[in-house]
Amino acid sequence: MSRFEALTGDNAVAMAMRQVNPDVVAAYPITPQTETVEFFAEYVADGLVNTEFICVESEHSAMSACVGASAAGARVMTATSSQGLALMWEIVYIAASNRCPIVMSLVNRALSAPINIHCDHSDIMGMRDSGWIVLFSENAQEAYDNIIQAVRIGEHPDVLLPVVVCQDGFVTSHGMERVEVFDDEAVKEFVGTYKPRYPLLDIEHPKTLGALDFYDYYYEHKRQQVQAMENATGVILAVAEEFNRKFNRNYGLFETYCLDDAEVAIVVANSTAGTAKVVVDRLRGEGLKVGLLKPRVFRPFPARELVEALKHLKAIAVMDRSISFGAMNNAGPLFLELVAALALHGVRVPIADYVFGLGGRDILPREIESVYRDLLRVAESGRVERLVTYLSVRE
Amino acid sequence: MATKLIPKELAKRPDRLSPGHRLCAGCGASIVVRQMLAAIDAPVVIANATGCLEVATTIYPYTAWRVPWMHNAFENAASTITGIEAAYRSLVRQGKIPEQNVKFIAFGGDGGTYDIGLQALSGAVERGHQFLYVCYNNEAYMNTGIQRSSATPLGAHTTTSPAGEVIPGKQQKRKDLTMIMAAHDIPYVAQAAPSQWRDLMQKTRKAVDCGGAAFMNVLASCNRGWRHATDETVELTQLAVDTCYWPLYEVENGQWRLTYKPKEKLPVEEWLKRQGRFRHLFRPENRHLIDELQAEVDRRWERLLRLCGET
Ligand SMILES: Cc1ncc(C[n+]2csc(CCOP(=O)(O)OP(=O)(O)O)c2C)c(N)n1
Ligand code: SF4
Ligand SMILES: [Mg+2]
Repeated sequence: MSRFEALTGDNAVAMAMRQVNPDVVAAYPITPQTETVEFFAEYVADGLVNTEFICVESEHSAMSACVGASAAGARVMTATSSQGLALMWEIVYIAASNRCPIVMSLVNRALSAPINIHCDHSDIMGMRDSGWIVLFSENAQEAYDNIIQAVRIGEHPDVLLPVVVCQDGFVTSHGMERVEVFDDEAVKEFVGTYKPRYPLLDIEHPKTLGALDFYDYYYEHKRQQVQAMENATGVILAVAEEFNRKFNRNYGLFETYCLDDAEVAIVVANSTAGTAKVVVDRLRGEGLKVGLLKPRVFRPFPARELVEALKHLKAIAVMDRSISFGAMNNAGPLFLELVAALALHGVRVPIADYVFGLGGRDILPREIESVYRDLLRVAESGRVERLVTYLSVRE
Repeated sequence: MATKLIPKELAKRPDRLSPGHRLCAGCGASIVVRQMLAAIDAPVVIANATGCLEVATTIYPYTAWRVPWMHNAFENAASTITGIEAAYRSLVRQGKIPEQNVKFIAFGGDGGTYDIGLQALSGAVERGHQFLYVCYNNEAYMNTGIQRSSATPLGAHTTTSPAGEVIPGKQQKRKDLTMIMAAHDIPYVAQAAPSQWRDLMQKTRKAVDCGGAAFMNVLASCNRGWRHATDETVELTQLAVDTCYWPLYEVENGQWRLTYKPKEKLPVEEWLKRQGRFRHLFRPENRHLIDELQAEVDRRWERLLRLCGET
């Protein structure tokens, strides 16, 4: 049913794309996503996929062509990073609002200026209100698994939303890992065939898509998007369950690590969660009750479930790989949203934000350990000394 | 057999853009679209850039389009139609949908084509998709209230190039987009006008059957922006043709051909004086702009004659 291969994150995504065999891919290269596009172009050149590969002249056109192809009735994928996503911006919203279940691989990279090709999460955080479902991946395996599941999630008739699958630039995209690759047939069976509801190419039944929509209907259409997001949570879990039955790997809205009996915990997404697990093991060895929560589904934000999983703690640290400039205390977006979720559910656990790793700055186990040691002090005193810490920055 | 291009035959076919749309009376855009779509017998799928044509034909929950139609954004009609066309080729190749000789057409205004959408258009035709891009050119951003574009002629009054006390209208001459598209060396490029309807329809047929990317630049007066009576649309586009301000020609696989030569080349003034947007040019202190415009028209016409082997 499967085999193990040594793959980078970019290669793993390209592999998943080959197996999904989408009808159309429109993409433009940008570091650190480039290899995905290159690998995929090879599959096309070698006749391994049925895909029409549109090698567009910009990311704006990539997303525009994706929206056109998806509306036409095709299964569509793309990939980008950072500036590429920023250039797509306008159409990113249109993709979600037109209910196009496009799947995008986003290799997270810092936004300019200054220009920087390395990892942080400012690109994805900028699209958090755009109406896309957002999935995080700790490593190449998760990126691969998420891409396959994303196809099913987005295309579900109760959802019909685009899905973006994140992985950390370079750390994951260029790190070689042992990845379990399923048989082509098994993936094909899992994703099934896409049956578009209102394809433009149904020539006998002409449709007008993207009409001008004023105060008399626009609002209702936005309300329907909210409904789709609400429906998505259940669909994500159902798809994960089916994935687990078929491929034997368990996914939820988030992953917990040594969390149940923990007194303090860090919440951190993507590759840094992997490093944090090592630190948890080490500190557990010292008998310290530390744990970890790794968000997988960021949109729709599973507020209730997160609060449920974290409410027993004595202190929480969120580690944000981006800053929401000018927001409350210039904190990171993940922190802000989690603080709101806890407050809303009446849970008063001391919580602090640790911004880290901007522009690809390394995050070391000893730094994560220092966050845990801070947390243990907070747990004891019940007081957060510093709400937002910019970890390892020269001030 | 293709439908004969004679009014009696053509009138029998249902309009693909139906009456009841909300374009202004006498809007050149709707005349252009209806003529062009009537020329095509095959099924069509349309992408439409943001602009007058788009907003006035599809006010939810109504639509004036009887064919598959999509609006994505302002600058990306070309990339959108290539996505649709790629989807079609992919799905047909895989046997997921039937082959139906579908023609893919993008409509964009001059703003959406000459300016903000130029990159997407250039990329789309370079990639060789099979589609026709039509610029319905009314020489300004009409939908947003008559602002200048790079298609706006020298001296024209628009709301962002107003004829003021010191500056008499637009200070720059227009871009020659048809030439730019010809330089892409694609199978078919043409310039047309609705006053020469048979020429426009023949070019449309060639364009959609050329087997690759095609571009047509079609002059489509906007009486609101040009300032003329609503029943003068066709007459004014013909004047643009007869003054050689808007020559009709085509470039088919690199072969340049003039498709209409005015019997008598009229002075550009004949066209200018009929439009309110040029009124200020007739003040004595602005006459030199008319001369400049005439010189530009002459120079471009001579160049075109050379390219078409007419001299
Ligand atoms: C990215 C973006 N910028 C600006 C606008 C505002 N806008 C909408 S239509 C338009 C002008 C359209 O002009 P043109 O393409 O010439 O079409 P016309 O209305 O003249 O037919 C502008 C500026 C927009 N919708 N999107
Ligand atoms: S403003 Fe001009 S281009 Fe727009 S609908 Fe009216 S006549 Fe046509
Ligand atoms: Mg215009």
